[in-house]
Amino acid sequence: MLGLELSFIWAGIIAFAVLVYVILDGFDLGVGILFPFAKDERERDVMMNSVAPIWDGNETWLVLGGGGLFAVFPLAYAVVMPALYVPIVAMLLALVFRGVAFEYRWRTVRWKRLWDWSFALGSLVAALMQGIALGAIVQGIEVENRAYAGGWFDWLTPFSVLTGCAVATGYGLLGATWCNMKLEGRVQTHMRQLARPLSFATLAFLGLVSLFTPLQDAVYAERWFRWPTMVWTLAVPVLVALLALRLWRGLARGDDVAPFLCALGFFVLGFVGIGISFYPMMVPPELTIVEAAAPDESLLFTLVGTLVLVPIILTYTAYTYWVFRGKIDADEGYH
Amino acid sequence: MLTAEILARIQFAFTVSFHIIFPAFSIGLASFLAVLNVLWLRTRDETYLKLFNHWKKIFAVAFGMGVVSGIVMSYQFGTNWAVFSDRAGPVVGPLMAYEVLTAFFLEAGFLGIMLFGRKRVGDGLHMLATAMVAIGTLISATWILAVNSWMHTPAGFSMGENGQFLPEDWWAIIFNPSFPYRLVHMVLAAYLTTALVVAGTAGYHLLRDRTNPATRRMFSMATGMILVVAPIQIVAGDMHGLNTLEHQPVKVMAMEGHFESHPEGAPLILFGLPDQEAQEMRWSVEIPKLSSLILKHSLDAPLDGLDGVPRDEQPPVAIVFWSFRVMVTLGMLMLGLGLWSLWARFRGRLYDWKALHRAALAMGPAGFVAVLAGWITTEVGRQPWTVYGHLRTADSLSPLDASAVGTSLVAFIVVYFFVFGAGTFYLLRMMSMTPGTERMGLRDGPIRTAGITPGLSEDPRERSD
Repeated sequence: MLGLELSFIWAGIIAFAVLVYVILDGFDLGVGILFPFAKDERERDVMMNSVAPIWDGNETWLVLGGGGLFAVFPLAYAVVMPALYVPIVAMLLALVFRGVAFEYRWRTVRWKRLWDWSFALGSLVAALMQGIALGAIVQGIEVENRAYAGGWFDWLTPFSVLTGCAVATGYGLLGATWCNMKLEGRVQTHMRQLARPLSFATLAFLGLVSLFTPLQDAVYAERWFRWPTMVWTLAVPVLVALLALRLWRGLARGDDVAPFLCALGFFVLGFVGIGISFYPMMVPPELTIVEAAAPDESLLFTLVGTLVLVPIILTYTAYTYWVFRGKIDADEGYH
Repeated sequence: MLTAEILARIQFAFTVSFHIIFPAFSIGLASFLAVLNVLWLRTRDETYLKLFNHWKKIFAVAFGMGVVSGIVMSYQFGTNWAVFSDRAGPVVGPLMAYEVLTAFFLEAGFLGIMLFGRKRVGDGLHMLATAMVAIGTLISATWILAVNSWMHTPAGFSMGENGQFLPEDWWAIIFNPSFPYRLVHMVLAAYLTTALVVAGTAGYHLLRDRTNPATRRMFSMATGMILVVAPIQIVAGDMHGLNTLEHQPVKVMAMEGHFESHPEGAPLILFGLPDQEAQEMRWSVEIPKLSSLILKHSLDAPLDGLDGVPRDEQPPVAIVFWSFRVMVTLGMLMLGLGLWSLWARFRGRLYDWKALHRAALAMGPAGFVAVLAGWITTEVGRQPWTVYGHLRTADSLSPLDASAVGTSLVAFIVVYFFVFGAGTFYLLRMMSMTPGTERMGLRDGPIRTAGITPGLSEDPRERSD
């Protein structure tokens, strides 16, 4: 009984960590995706400086997602990682290219352009791979005898490519609205202009993914079209429409904060939708949350620290954002 | 024959070897920066501030490389060692989760303030942030070495019916028998590595200009650190070795190159060519009975050899034998450098003894080599096990094709050599600048000179220091 409750608490915590990751690193990767659209080096400098003090903390949530899964759902970790071998390795290498660019591009004149591209393409590939990984899990992973039983390219389907593009576009929107919030002058205007087409594209992808998700598994279709979970199916389009209207109004009026929050709202809604489809599976269609969970001793030992530490982490993370609040001063930095 | 197992092992060894270089440096450097900042705040001596700002930039680059190569590690357990992850996850997973929660977030959260925020938060909070980064690196080392040590000397668990290691006693798991020794040995190694880098850098600058107060201060602090830490490290290493003899005697047999048992006292083999096929040591140079004296503190104490160990439970002897000798030799040279600097200090020649400065420069990278050699000794020496005595490496693998692992291995090698090669070049170039060099000697980018900010005569980004 206790095991049941603990594993569900943990599924909630892992979901929370992944959501926080998407919220925090989404705009951060998005800034990288939009890097090639900047008009000159000065614009790229301020765009990068808007995330430079926080990117490292943002990516730590990705490590928590991996480390947390290893700790409390080792079986899920052991099954998902080999199944997604190619996208995960590609994502890790992309994050290498993107992460080092934060420092490297200040350390060279000759190769600065190279590290600009490394930042941009690294961010784009990482975002694509995260989306592909999501799609691959949604479409299901083959498990036999506590191990992945498929081939090393099973993840590659039209659906996973679709989710990959959806996430990359959505991150682009987050990046554009983040830049609109944090920057000033010509680059802000420019990013605000980009946010509008990106929002259309994001909504189109959101629609397509929603359309095809129920086709991936009968369980999803049943969730989506049967009472009472259908309430969500009905509510989501309405909520998305409201957010979209607020987003566009914010862009038109030149609001700083509202467009960014609305873009985050899209991700939160999509995320809850996935959660409703998955429950009570950890790795559909074979592994349930209970089956994948580590023994109670591991769950409890990790839970105690998590409940104490995560609020502390959120506090000092918020403090860091507070310290670096407001518009980016183009003349600030330490290099 | 390149099987999936061998390829996965090479990939892990390659990525973890690259990774450990950065923490080995940043653990020590974070503490060095904290000390410099304390000294600056206490004395208000500009030299300390100049050194802090100089090494801070170097730290940022090295730390960034450590972060990105570390993210790779946190996923590689699952991608390549899925069976290990499933079985050992309940025990080692929570320790790694605690590493993320107590250390990674702390470092990442306060790093931004340490690098960018002195003006925004003031000296006091900036000092706190700097200290938090340093403490974070140490907490991180503590957890990951608890994990690693548990895999060497597993304790506090039972075996579940599904093949999983089930945690029974967390205290016993964390404070497993080899953990305290390994932790002390590694943290000291990190301090020593950093001190050698700083001393080497200072030596390089002193050879060109012996009057700069910043480089003189660097040289004095770093050689003092080497003098204190090197002997402690040798003692700690010896204790770690005795602990290994107790818990992993086979590893010590490989380190010593003892293919034969010696019931009446074992010789210390200084050098030789291990031939594992023939199970003998060729061309060995030995000192009779000394190994027994070192390991058992008695000339006639019997020591078992690999002749009592089945061939399929022996580690690759040559690698372990040689990497151990590389580490020990470098350790002795470090001690020598420390003593030499002490002598120079007594004679008042610390800043103008060119041979000493050259020696320090030559020893600059020695810490990294010694750290790698030490890790190769302990990790190759515990083969063929991932969880010592309980789970074989061959049984820990993900169900992947050799082609998949081979492809990713090539990708990692190409990317790491390119990216971290460039990073190492930048680090060396930064170190070659005298502390206080504007913008680390870089001129403005070509675009900005084209007149976006015509009113600014100097680079504004330098100001927030």
